[in-house]
Amino acid sequence: MQRRGEALGKWLVSGPPILYLLLFFAIPALIMVLASFRTPGEFGGLAPLFDEDGKPDLNVDSYVRFFTEPIYAQIFVKSLIYALLTTLICLVIAYPLATLIARSPKKHRDLLLLLVILPFWSNFLIRVYAWMIVLGPQAALARTVNGVLAWFGVEPVSLLFSWFAVLVCLVYVHLPFMVLPLYANLEKHDQALLDAAQDLGANTWQRFWRITFPLSLPGVYAGAALVFIPALGIFAIPDILGGPDDSLIGNVIKQQFLETRDWPFGSVLSIVLTLAALALAGLAAWVGSRSTRREASGA
Amino acid sequence: MPSAQSRRSTWLWAAAIAGYAFLYLPLVIVVVYSFNDSRLNAEWVGFTLDWYRKLAQNSEMQSAAANSLIIGFVTSLVSTALGTMAGVAMHRYRLRLLPILVLTPIAIPEILMGVSLLIFFVLLNFTLGLVSVTLAHIAFCIGFVAIVVRSRLAGMDESLTEAARDCGASPWQSFRFVTLPLIMPGVVAGALMAFTLSIDDFVITFFTAGAGTVTLPLQIYSMIKIAVTPEVNAVSTLLMLLTLFLIVVATKLSPSLLRSNEES
Repeated sequence: MQRRGEALGKWLVSGPPILYLLLFFAIPALIMVLASFRTPGEFGGLAPLFDEDGKPDLNVDSYVRFFTEPIYAQIFVKSLIYALLTTLICLVIAYPLATLIARSPKKHRDLLLLLVILPFWSNFLIRVYAWMIVLGPQAALARTVNGVLAWFGVEPVSLLFSWFAVLVCLVYVHLPFMVLPLYANLEKHDQALLDAAQDLGANTWQRFWRITFPLSLPGVYAGAALVFIPALGIFAIPDILGGPDDSLIGNVIKQQFLETRDWPFGSVLSIVLTLAALALAGLAAWVGSRSTRREASGA
Repeated sequence: MPSAQSRRSTWLWAAAIAGYAFLYLPLVIVVVYSFNDSRLNAEWVGFTLDWYRKLAQNSEMQSAAANSLIIGFVTSLVSTALGTMAGVAMHRYRLRLLPILVLTPIAIPEILMGVSLLIFFVLLNFTLGLVSVTLAHIAFCIGFVAIVVRSRLAGMDESLTEAARDCGASPWQSFRFVTLPLIMPGVVAGALMAFTLSIDDFVITFFTAGAGTVTLPLQIYSMIKIAVTPEVNAVSTLLMLLTLFLIVVATKLSPSLLRSNEES
């Protein structure tokens, strides 16, 4: 009786969220996987699943298209490069921030951390829009840059609607994701290690490269995964801040679903994007856990 | 040696201040220019509240705001109920499917959820609009609520529930009168978080809203695609104030929110 009640309780509590997420997350995702093997409809969307003879109309045409038309591989590689650059620049900016927070007095840490997260909670589009103003042609930054360029006799450039704007905004939007795991890691470091190294004659640089940085690698990998995955799939930033040549994989997906309305091909692109993101996140987690183990075993 | 030490911390401070400036300057500029008496967001001319007055007369913006609030409210209500159940279930039982279903939507690129729900709704002949957006928002908010609630449960003394059960309380009674009051701050924080996430969401809304339904982010998007106007600064400033208020309340209620963020 007791055990049956327990099982009933388990299903009553976990049943509703499981059902909801199956219906509005898992099933749509599976339908999309199926859609990637179907034929695009004459007027967009999907062609009927069964043809006149009642046979299912499934094929790998859209996958073949992705791998044979070089333009898509190029855009995909470009997206990977943007996401990778974003991750690296975030790391460079986040490291001193996280270090400072980890070393400040305990009572200030929460506030300093909250200050990093706060902009992240303001609307995503507002943060993109803010860069439209900062990089705008009339704004102080563009006028200064073009003033300096004119001095060297170079034609004025547009900061807005360029790869530069896209990259700056990608870094801006994802920075907190790098600071948080880095901080969580750096906070646990033992100051005694650095003191010992200093006593043995290691200079600042050596202490950083030989001790702090290797110990912080799990945090670095976690942050890299948290930045890289969303940065890879982004479409609003190139859409708003980029020029015509700055389309990334997210823009092509949006175009396939809302403009060209080739759903099977759009599905293929989405699946490739997700697999790439998950594979790289898995890699980061694996490398991260390996370095944690190495650290734990003292090697 | 002390001089090297202090030189290093000066560098660190300089780099960190530059980091904070990078995070805040763009947002400060948005707020400042919302009070600027000039159409161009380029230099300070003079103080005005015209852009806020314009906003108050903009009926498109108002219906977008109303839509966002309705969607946010329903999303918050339903995803808090489902997310709390998921959090409790994940804490109490050893489940395989639920953690995957709860955490994957947070881990995958947002655009995937947007386009797969678009296909799903269209194939079902489900009219895209307020309802489809709300259903989609609930799906991605459940995970965030579940994480907050579970982290709250993890810090709870399990013996309290056992004591209630020993005293003859039914599972429902022990949940209702012991567990729920204890995790309430986490539940409320989760609800506020879901509300904020829903109000802020652009990508998933973009794909599931259809042509006729406009939310605040969609309205801002279509405005800034056409031109930069200080009216957008004004609405952005108001939205930031609202978010700031909700976050302050949420972190007051559940300080662990800071930690649960990085988990996602």
